[in-house]
Amino acid sequence: MSEPLLSVRGLRAKVDGEDGEILRGVDLDVQRGEVHALMGPNGSGKSTLAKVIAGHPAYEVTAGEILFEGEDVLELEPDERSRAGIFLAFQYPAEIPGVSIANFLRTAVNSRLAEGEEMDVFGFQRTLTEKMEMLKMDPGFAARYVNDGFSGGEKKRNEILQMAVLRPALGVLDETDSGLDIDALKIVASGVNRLSEADEALGVLLITHYKRILNYIRPDRVHVMMAGRIAESGGASLADKLEAEGYDWLHRAVAAV
Amino acid sequence: MPRNETITELGLDEYKYGFVTEDKPVFKAVPGLSEDIVRQISHHKEEPQWMLEFRLKALEVYYSKPMPKWGGDLSKLEDTLDEIYFYLKPQDQMERSWDDVPQEIKDTFEKLGIPEAERKALAGVGAQYESEMVYHSLKEQWEEQGVIFESIEDGLAKHPELFRQYFSTVVPTHDNKFAALNSAVWSGGSFVYIPKGVKVEIPLQAYFRVNAERMGQFERTLIICEEGAEAHYIEGCTAPVYSTDSFHSGVIEIVVKKGARFRYTTIQNWSNNMYNLVTQRALVHEEAKMEWLDGNLGSKLTMKYPSCYLVGERAHGEILSIAYAGDGQHQDTGGKVIHAAPNTTSQITSKSISKGLGRSSYRGLCKVYDGAEGAKSNVECDALLLDETSRTDTYPYIEIDENTASIGHEATVSKVGDEQLFYLMSRGLDEAEAMAMIVRGFIEPVAKELPLEYAIELNRLIELEMEGSVG
Ligand SMILES: Nc1ncnc2c1ncn2[C@@H]1O[C@H](COP(=O)(O)OP(=O)(O)O)[C@@H](O)[C@H]1O
Ligand SMILES: [Mg+2]
Repeated sequence: MSEPLLSVRGLRAKVDGEDGEILRGVDLDVQRGEVHALMGPNGSGKSTLAKVIAGHPAYEVTAGEILFEGEDVLELEPDERSRAGIFLAFQYPAEIPGVSIANFLRTAVNSRLAEGEEMDVFGFQRTLTEKMEMLKMDPGFAARYVNDGFSGGEKKRNEILQMAVLRPALGVLDETDSGLDIDALKIVASGVNRLSEADEALGVLLITHYKRILNYIRPDRVHVMMAGRIAESGGASLADKLEAEGYDWLHRAVAAV
Repeated sequence: MPRNETITELGLDEYKYGFVTEDKPVFKAVPGLSEDIVRQISHHKEEPQWMLEFRLKALEVYYSKPMPKWGGDLSKLEDTLDEIYFYLKPQDQMERSWDDVPQEIKDTFEKLGIPEAERKALAGVGAQYESEMVYHSLKEQWEEQGVIFESIEDGLAKHPELFRQYFSTVVPTHDNKFAALNSAVWSGGSFVYIPKGVKVEIPLQAYFRVNAERMGQFERTLIICEEGAEAHYIEGCTAPVYSTDSFHSGVIEIVVKKGARFRYTTIQNWSNNMYNLVTQRALVHEEAKMEWLDGNLGSKLTMKYPSCYLVGERAHGEILSIAYAGDGQHQDTGGKVIHAAPNTTSQITSKSISKGLGRSSYRGLCKVYDGAEGAKSNVECDALLLDETSRTDTYPYIEIDENTASIGHEATVSKVGDEQLFYLMSRGLDEAEAMAMIVRGFIEPVAKELPLEYAIELNRLIELEMEGSVG
């Protein structure tokens, strides 16, 4: 079997300069073309895992490794990880006033090209328009300042738009479903499915604490995170069990260990 | 004709900028200020008697006023003033050689991709280049419309009546110590007259009028925009202005008559040794509109508060400014609006960026006189700090003697956030690019008002300034 797209091994991490560990030994493999759902109660460390994978400087990795396409990425800066093919759709995307989405994305696309090379402006515009149509976004959206004054739903859609334009090998989607009404949820889910269809090797780590989105994006694997560890992994049916029974049975199981 | 005796009086042999030609009036400068220097300036410029008297009176006013205690640190300025040359002939200025220009300035020109000929002009070592040509064809066009766009010296020589009617009426000599100094020793600058109802489409750019005097350290500009006329004047350019002198003190006076619209744009980037103390003021009449667009980079200390005196009903004044305080620099900038007539309106938008040990201060005055019913003013000042060590302050002064006035003031200070940087980097931008993008976004509301090429250059320049600011 080929090496996993993403391989997280014994990962421990804490906030830089503080004591308490947030991630307490995470193991997780995502193969190319697979969709993994990561569920778990609030505060269990899901977003921390996502940000550590993307290289957020606020966290310190104290043990373990993160391999992406077989390469250790822990020493890479966030921008290097991005250019290598890791994409994080943020749970709380930052606002960048004064910078239009089009300008921002063009800069991001150009950062992937060789020094001095630039994507043709019309080609870029075409791609952007096409992806915006896919996500049923108003064409005027591209001129708006990145996340500035966006509603929760607009922010989430904007994250998926960026993923669609940047075409990563791995998309880590952190609660992209929360705050979306059912119509918006369907649009975002079908956007992600279209990306998976267009790129069969695309790996997705879908972080959510609701089962709802899993009705539209079928996961190959479901993991449950509890107190900084993967407490349980299973097939799609695990999500159904969580939906029906909540996390209590897992709490008890974790406590018993 | 000026006399030649002055050379001997001044001791030619010691003087490094000494310059003698057979057919030109000869002037020899010594460092420091004196009545004699002022007389020589006037003499050399072949000015009318009234101007000489004006200068001499201004010198007295200058001596009588104490150094300002507010604003930036001027304690070392007195020493500087003893050492600088208060007047240099254009020929003298050109005497400098390209080899004398510091390497860092040359490097910046290189990075900005400024053509060779232009670099020399900007560094004050050469004066003529191709844009003279561009200027000439535009000038013909302007002349047909009756527009006057001359150096201030030619303005005085060719249009003495007009000149005298308005000169020093907007910024009187006694206004402040540096206005008095400028009044005594002014040299260089522009004289602009837009006749009634004339709309000038292409911005009047001092940039075109390249000669060694255009960036004089005591430049003086006088602009009259007649009733219903419209024009845009652009001064300066974003490339660093290198000068061996470390003091710049200009005075800009603008009269905007009834129903006229005038915009004055300056982008200045001084070398780090420079004290830059400028008085720029506009008198705005009934239903007229004045806009100042002001960009300040570089210098050791800049104190500059473009102002609008709204003296006619429904006059509108607008001041937009961007200041960048790099390491060791202090930008003390802002604006002043004086509401002296009913239903006058004003808007001040100020954006500052500070880095390293840089400091930016917003200093603004909004005054509403009794009887200026329905006056409205709004101030918005935003400061962006690029790191932990940079600093910013705001000093808004509000004086209101009219109870129907409405005044708004909003100030924000933000630091480039780790979350913003991480967000941009997580999309592939390296740290420097991410930082630059945040800064570009921050100044966008003001930069978008600039002519495109200026906005682009301003952005490039700020990026250059920021290089090495990220660890
Ligand atoms: N930057 C941070 N500073 C301080 N505490 C943090 C930080 N990031 C995460 N934590 C803490 O780590 C725990 C896990 O948070 P998070 O990863 O956001 O959980 P989840 O996404 O599963 O809800 C929480 O207790 C949270 O308060
Ligand atoms: Mg979370």
